[in-house]
Order: sequence, then C-alpha cells, then structure tokens
Amino acid sequence: MISIDHYLLLSLALLVIGVAGALARRNLIVTLMSVELILNAVNINLVAFSREWGNVNGQVFAVFLIGCEAAEAVVSVGIVLAVFRGRKTVLADEMDLLKW
Amino acid sequence: MDQLVSWQAVFEQARRDFPSIVPEVMLAVFGLAILFTDGSLNARQKSWNALTAIFGVAFSATALWLMSGVQASTFDNSILVDPFFIFFGLVFLVLTAVVILLSVRTSETEGERQGLQFALMLFAATGMLFAACGNDLVLLFVALEIMATSFYVLSGFLRDDRRSNEGPLKFAVTGIFSSAILAYGFSILYGLAGSTNLAVIAQKIAERHSQWPADSLAYVAFATIAAGILFKIAAAPFHQWVPDALEGAPAGCAAFASIGSAAAGFAVLLRLLLGVFWPLAAAWVWAIAAVAVLSLTIGTFAAITQSNIKRLLAYSSIAQIGYVLLGLVATVNKDGTVSTRGLRAAGYYLLTYSVFATGAFGIVELLRRKGMAADELDDLHGLVRRSPVAAILMLVFLLSLAGVPLTAGFVAKLMVISALVETQHSPLAIVAVLYMLPAVYFYFRMIAAMWAREPGDAMNPAIAWTQELALGAMAATTLAAGIFPEQFVRFAQSSVLRPFLH
Amino acid sequence: MLLNSIFFYFFSAIAVVSAVLTVTRRSPFHSAVFLVVALIATGGIFLQLQADFLFAMQLLVSAAGVVVLFVFAATPTNQKSPRRALRFSRYRIVAIVFAIVFAGEVMIAIFAGSKSLYLPAAANLPARNTAALGDVLFAQYLLPLEMASLLLVVALIGGIAALNRRVA
Repeated sequence: MISIDHYLLLSLALLVIGVAGALARRNLIVTLMSVELILNAVNINLVAFSREWGNVNGQVFAVFLIGCEAAEAVVSVGIVLAVFRGRKTVLADEMDLLKW
Repeated sequence: MDQLVSWQAVFEQARRDFPSIVPEVMLAVFGLAILFTDGSLNARQKSWNALTAIFGVAFSATALWLMSGVQASTFDNSILVDPFFIFFGLVFLVLTAVVILLSVRTSETEGERQGLQFALMLFAATGMLFAACGNDLVLLFVALEIMATSFYVLSGFLRDDRRSNEGPLKFAVTGIFSSAILAYGFSILYGLAGSTNLAVIAQKIAERHSQWPADSLAYVAFATIAAGILFKIAAAPFHQWVPDALEGAPAGCAAFASIGSAAAGFAVLLRLLLGVFWPLAAAWVWAIAAVAVLSLTIGTFAAITQSNIKRLLAYSSIAQIGYVLLGLVATVNKDGTVSTRGLRAAGYYLLTYSVFATGAFGIVELLRRKGMAADELDDLHGLVRRSPVAAILMLVFLLSLAGVPLTAGFVAKLMVISALVETQHSPLAIVAVLYMLPAVYFYFRMIAAMWAREPGDAMNPAIAWTQELALGAMAATTLAAGIFPEQFVRFAQSSVLRPFLH
Repeated sequence: MLLNSIFFYFFSAIAVVSAVLTVTRRSPFHSAVFLVVALIATGGIFLQLQADFLFAMQLLVSAAGVVVLFVFAATPTNQKSPRRALRFSRYRIVAIVFAIVFAGEVMIAIFAGSKSLYLPAAANLPARNTAALGDVLFAQYLLPLEMASLLLVVALIGGIAALNRRVA
C-alpha cells in the first residue's frame, strides 16, 4: 500500500505549481486554471486521508469542493468575460484603470 | 452492502433541529421571494423589493432574538447555537438592514437589477450567519463560499460602469485563490482528526500537541487557514483587493462586502483560534500581532496619501481591522489562559466599527449623482453649506473613526488598549496609541474639506428618507455607544466564547 | 500490490507534468488541454484510492464542465501578446520565491511530521464505498448539501447578471 506521505507530497507538488501559476501568470483565465489545480491538490489530500481514517467524510468534503469550484468558475468566468467586453484584455498587467 | 442510515431517523432529526436554523432559513426564503416577485414589479414598484428584504431581516432578527440564552448543538453537532452566535448574528443583521436602507435610492437612480441586489444581500447574510454558528469544516466552507460569491457579484455587476468591472474582477480572482488555500488548510485539519467536526478536531489537536509539541502539520494547517481567513478580514498582507473593490462598487455594496466579510471572517477566526488552535496559542498570538501591526502601518500610511474618499476609507478600514486583531491578541494572557477582556474589547470594536464605518460609506454614497461617482476629496468641499445634515452625520462618523472621546470609536480603542496592557502586551499598546496620531491627520483633512472649503459648483446631495433614517440611527448609535457604553459592553460580553474558556 | 504502486506513480507523474505544462503554456487553449489531462490523472489517483464516485465526479464536473467553461472564456479573450513570449506578470519573482519557500517548509513539515502523523493504518474503508458516501452525504451532511444549493443559486444569478448587461 502506498503510504500517506506519497499522497501528501503529490498534493504538495500540485499545490505549489498552482500557487506559482496563480501568482505569476498574467492571463486571468490561466490564473483560474491554476486555482483549479490547487483545489485538485486539496481533493487528493482529502481522499487520501479518507482512506487512511477508514471513513468517507473526506470524500464527502471533496464532493462539496468540486461543487463549490464549479460555482466559483461560473461567477469568475462571468466576470472575466464582462470585463473583457469593456476593456478588451484579460491580462492582469493591463488592468490599469484602478491602481493594482 | 447494508443500509448504514435509517432515513426515518434522519428526517426526525432534521425536523427536531430545524428551529435552530430558522434565522438563516428566513433570510434565504425572503431572498428567493424577491427573485420570484421582482419580475412582476414595474419600474416604479421596484423599491418594494427593499421592503421585502427589510421584512426578511426583521423576521430573522426576531427569530435570533428569541433564541438568546439557548445553548444547543444541532445537525450532528455541525451547528452551535450559543451567545457568541446570537451576538455575531445580530451584528450581521443590523449591518444588512442598514446597507439595504442605504441602497434604496442608489438602485432607483441606477435603474435595473435592484431585485437581484437585495436578494444577493440576503443570501450573503445567510452565509454570514451560517459562518457564525458553523461547527463543521464542510459547513463553514460552504457558508463562506455563499457569502464570498454573493459579494463578488454584488460589488460588480449591478452597475454598467467601467471601473465597477475591474475592482470586482481582482476581488473575485484573489478571493477564489484564497478560498482554495483555506480549503487546503481544512483538508489538513480533516487529516489530523479524521472528522470534519471542530470539537473532535480541537480534541485531537490538543492530544497531538501534548504528545509532540512541535506538531508541524498543525502549524501548516494554521498557516494556510489563517491566510485564507485573513484575506476575508482584509488584514495587511492580504488587503490589496479592498481599495479596488470598494472604489469600483456602489458604496452600500462596498461597505457590505468589506465590513460584512471582515465581521464574518472574524467570527470564524475566533472560533478556530480559540477552539481548534488553542494549544498553539503561544505561536499564533505572535502571528496575529505581526499581522495587526502590519495592518495598522499599511492602512494608516496608505490612507494619508489618498485623494479618493472611498480609497481613503478603504485603507483606514484596514487600519481599523488592525485594532480588532490587537483585541484578539489581548485574549491570550502571558501565562497562556484566556482573557475575556480582550474578547469583549474585540467584540465591542467590531460591533461599533461596523456601524460607524458603514455610516461613513453611506455619506459618500449620498454625494453620488446619476452616472457619476463623486468620491474625490474635492467633492466634500463645502458640504456643510450644501447639506448641513450630511456634514454633521459625516462629522460624527469621522470623529468616531479617529477615536475622539464621546464617540464609540474612542471607547473601543480604549478597551483594546487597556486589554493589551492588562495581558502584558505593553509594546503593542504603545504602537496602538501611536498610530492614532497620523490617523487623526487624514480624518481631519476630510473634516476640514467639509467645513473650511468653498463649495464650488458641486450639486447639493439629495437624501432619501430611508437613508436619513439609517444614517441618523447609525450616528445616534455611535454617540450612544460612546457616551453610555455600559449597555453595549454588556451586549459585547456575549461575544465571549464560553465553551472554550480553558 | 505492485500494480497498485505502478498505478500511483504513473498517474502522479502524468498529473505533475501536465500541471507544470498547464501553468507554463503560452496559449490558454494548450493550458486547458493540459489541465484536463491533469484532472483526469488525478481522477486516476482517486480510482487507485478506491473513491469511485469521486472519479466519476472529477471526470463529469471538473474535467468536462469547468474546463469547458474556461475554454469558452478563453475563446473570445485569446490574444497574441507582442511583448514577451511567456505571459508572466511582474510578480513572477515573488511567486517563484514564495513557491520555493512554501514547498520547502511544507516538505520539512511532512517529513518531520511523518513519524507524528499518528494516523491509524486501518484502511477498513469498504472497497465500493459509493453507497456509504451517499448515506453520509444525505444524513450527516444534509444541511451543507442544502446550503450548496443556495450557493448554486447565487452563482446562477451571478452568471446571468454578468453577461446580461449593457457594455460600458
């Protein structure tokens, strides 16, 4: 059986890639995809811990997270599109109407 | 596989436990009612939506008030009804009611979508109330998501203004990012305890801490959760969204998004720090103190340089949050026990701050004319001659924000500072006093603009009666809480978390 | 047992590599494709952990639903950036430093803490646990489930309000 450390490290790798991508990329769509990677890392954690403890609560939590992430994606993609229609850019640096 | 659950029992339990969530259900039901009736109202009847919303808040507050004194845990211990919940719930509902009253005229001048706006305000309040009584990681996360998602929408879409787009975009993207980090922390907490219930987790963390004092995974959980929640509170390293979101949004929604999110985040932070993370108190007290001092510094010095009133108030609210966090620091005595004075000070500060800060944002909203946000410092010039009522109300709110005696802000700062001294955090108390001085400068700059400058060609602001009612009540509360603080302090006393007094 | 390990290493290698590609590709469409691959590989990890239901949900909601939404958003907003090959923001140095420090800290925490993880090595989770998951979801988590429906209403309103507006 693969030990829990392996799953934690995998999830950590995805978390760090996601955080770096979210902070570093200028394209806001890619930022949102990076956040998706972070939530993915969280789900791996939850499912691995769920097996470790022998209860399904972690899996249930992961189900909720997937639902929340879908709701967030709807709202954020809506905002990105609304802004794009006004400003014709999705690059974070070119948002200069307000001071960043 | 055999059936694990008897559905009879599940329904029985849901029926038995239902009374404990009536305040939240009221808000959600009235919010849905607004969505359903909005379509059949014509343009002149749209303000009825506000009436529906106010009724929703009133019913919810009544239900909450009737629960006072109750101590119960329902829905498999995922909901905790206690004085702490009643206190924070009433703060949230007062804030919601005030913001609804303030927004009535705005939506009339802006035309469409006020139905959606009021419905979303009620949904956000539902999330905030659940966040205050949640005792389960899943429930807390969903509650914070409901609140945050409503705020993203509220702060942005309801006005066809260019600037109103970009602020909410930054708010939403950073908000979603912080929720993901918060979720990571929650997943570690689940991993440590094998349960999503905060009581079980608290017990497990305490057990682990007594066996391995350097429980590194618990520290990772604390760091990620604190980062996620401090973002919602808008404390210093996580504050960048506040000025942008506030500048772009209508002032009522802006006040709701920043102050409401801060209050709800603070309720969750209190439950987690004083409950789950209490064994690590020696460590988190320093982290929170650092964040508080950073908030004070950044908020105060950034506010000095601003020429836009909303941005100025946004940065000053970051500094105010610094004081609330100092109150949280003062909950830990040097010998590692809980000081109720610090908790009471933080509760009183949060209660009064949400009143007078919302008031200041409300006055800025009054200056707004159709299609133009009058939120530069110049727009305050000669306000006392254009509208004496608005100027005097603004004076009360600004004096309270600055912490001048006879206002609520003074009593609140005094309570925080004396609690800090009592728990032997004297250096922090000195810092707190010192930062009041530069704050006086920028608040008095606004007062000077209102009284000493010539009005120019600015229009006279028109005040709707609902706004007069809300702003007058807030100013009266600010003064009353400053002159007769005993009642308010006694109310704030109920913010003290009883089950966690170790 | 060996097969189990092979599955794990196979899927996690794919997940990590395509995650890296997701955040480094220039075109958001390429990013989206690699995100789908990363999500499906994570689904494989779920399968290896015997979380069948989550595997299905991962495929249907995350990989199929959410990513399609991103592709929708990327279609009208896609543009060539003339200035730099890779569109990194000016926070990239902060981001990289942060990522390294954070990764180091958590890695230390996991390795130092792995002795103290103090978890039961029970793994007595039933092999097909979808039924158990349903029971827990609709009994113990009934209230959060109802709240999640409210969240979806809010998101629905947000989506409608965002796209049904006059352009500034």
